Amino acid sequence: MSKRKVLLMGKSGSGKTSMRSIIFANYIARDTSRLGPTIEVEHAHVRFLGNLVLHLWDCGGQETFMENYLQNQKDQIFKNVQVLIYVFDVESREIERDYRYYQSCLESLLANSPNAKVFCLIHKMDLIQEDHRDQTFDEKKRDILRLSEAGAGGKDKASEVVQCFKSSIWDETLYKAWSAIVYKLIPNVHAIEAKLANFTEVVEASEVLLFERATFLVIAHAEVSEQNKDVHRFEKVSNIIKQFKLSCSKMGSQFEQVQVKNDQFAAFIEAFTPNTFIMVVLAGPGSASVSATTILMNIRLARKHFERLEEAGAA
Amino acid sequence: MSSYGDDEIDDYAYGLDEAERAARPIVILTGLKRSGKTSIRKVVFQKMSPNETLFEESTARVTQDTVRSSFINFETVEFPGQLSPFDANTEDMFRRCGALLFIIDAQDDYTEAQKTMAQYFAQAYQINQNIKFEVFIHKVDGLPEESKLDTNFELFHKMKEDLSEQGLDKIMNTVSFHLTSIYDHSIFEAFSKVVQKLIKQLPTLERLLDIFNQSSNVEKSFLFDVVSKIYIATDSSPVEMATYELCCDMIDVTIDISAIYGSKNDGTSAFDEKSYAEIRLQTEQVLVLRQLSKHLALVCILRSENYEKKGLIEHNFNIFKMGIEKVFRVRKQMNSGIPHSNSSQVGSYQ
Repeated sequence: MSKRKVLLMGKSGSGKTSMRSIIFANYIARDTSRLGPTIEVEHAHVRFLGNLVLHLWDCGGQETFMENYLQNQKDQIFKNVQVLIYVFDVESREIERDYRYYQSCLESLLANSPNAKVFCLIHKMDLIQEDHRDQTFDEKKRDILRLSEAGAGGKDKASEVVQCFKSSIWDETLYKAWSAIVYKLIPNVHAIEAKLANFTEVVEASEVLLFERATFLVIAHAEVSEQNKDVHRFEKVSNIIKQFKLSCSKMGSQFEQVQVKNDQFAAFIEAFTPNTFIMVVLAGPGSASVSATTILMNIRLARKHFERLEEAGAA
Repeated sequence: MSSYGDDEIDDYAYGLDEAERAARPIVILTGLKRSGKTSIRKVVFQKMSPNETLFEESTARVTQDTVRSSFINFETVEFPGQLSPFDANTEDMFRRCGALLFIIDAQDDYTEAQKTMAQYFAQAYQINQNIKFEVFIHKVDGLPEESKLDTNFELFHKMKEDLSEQGLDKIMNTVSFHLTSIYDHSIFEAFSKVVQKLIKQLPTLERLLDIFNQSSNVEKSFLFDVVSKIYIATDSSPVEMATYELCCDMIDVTIDISAIYGSKNDGTSAFDEKSYAEIRLQTEQVLVLRQLSKHLALVCILRSENYEKKGLIEHNFNIFKMGIEKVFRVRKQMNSGIPHSNSSQVGSYQ
């Protein structure tokens, strides 16, 4: 069993607990309005991919707490961290102070856990008009990378350690950001990817995605050709399936298998290993007539290979 | 069956009255300011996500809109809250009106709204006695369960009082109350009910669905307008909200995934003749979606042991599809005055 310590920081009200609840506790976006502010640090252990446990430290962002983290509790908080997720409220009125705290946190982090990765989420992007979102994000990203230089020790170093994402709990951007985060935390992700590429070739699929079962984040993918594909499709699919999973649970049920076809494609989503779901996509005219039984049989045959891989990753 | 061209499918139309077949039926939306009229329209017919409606500004003028790329072929007219919909210019509109909606903000004091509503209904009734009156008790997502029903009860009785004072008791027979919210499926459910009353073929469609269910061992089936997720007909068994919601969500899954992986580059819809979806649930149930026409889909739910004989269901589905096509073709022939002799065949297969 491997444990990963993940810090979730940012000013109070920036949306840390909301996004954590959506990704890991099956909240729907609207219900997060019921969440109260986090007092000090809330610990959450999330079983991810079965054998990987994420130890989330959701750090309440009020000033007194922040001062505490940076002074008295410095060692306790910033030691042995794999990932720091720092959340910025895009509409914050005290952006200078936010940045100052971010810099202090980054410094303390890299002093105590030099190999940690940092993900900065520019959050609540839904509050920005759609056509201004890219520009706003680029500006914030530039500021954050510049501020990270001192702590990380140089410009190149900063862009290596720190990655920025825009996010909103109201659309699929949240899934994109979190997929990137967990990708960094999975121990044998490259072995899984290689195996998936092999499988894709064998079943003659145009694309295969592997989802973590509880969160529906895409943890690995394999594809034959890039062309004509929506670059945001992974997070969109995550979002679509997760929403559907929530509607099923309202009925007291859960789906086991989904097939969707039209004239141009056929997609099969099925429960795969104990910790994952798989999606196989066949593309091109005529793929709708490919026998579903064949595909499903191939998925079943591949299952044990991936189960073994998961067990190996846990050891 | 493939002879059934696109043009014809576009003519899957219905009217209020034969004489007025040239004109689309009108659905009029009224209600006080900020009651949620525009949000409802945008969420149901323009696919706006509910949280985005917060940015909607107050509507300043009468807004007319035709529902497009949908089976549902009507015009919506929205009157801003501060404007009375009755003047010399709108009389013709009320003559063509199929349904008059009044939207009430249930989170606000609705005394004034209720008075205005009684007055509107009475005035509309004077112009056109065939109008269906629909009350949307809206924004109920913010209310506790018991007060939803209390509100419904109170409004019903106040309306009854007000209208009988004016000697218009009989209007109450055509008034329906709906508890709605844009944050769940209730708004689509309510609109489904409104639209169904405007569809003349409804009894035939229901009968066809009943026959399909019986012969295929299907538990429940819906005929959906795909774009709006309004169901235009269902079989005669009662509708469970949870089942309806799940079917709606299945349409979302089908359309969204098809849009990602199955859209053609020529800009045509990803919902095509071969569109099909199947979802197996742990509770030993299967949801199946099939394309019926450009805008319509059949969505049904059945026990998984009854879905083993796919061929039988496939066969029944094809017959059902032919039946549906005939229903609308008869309609079309009637409209265009071509003599026809095969109307009695509809539903005669078994």
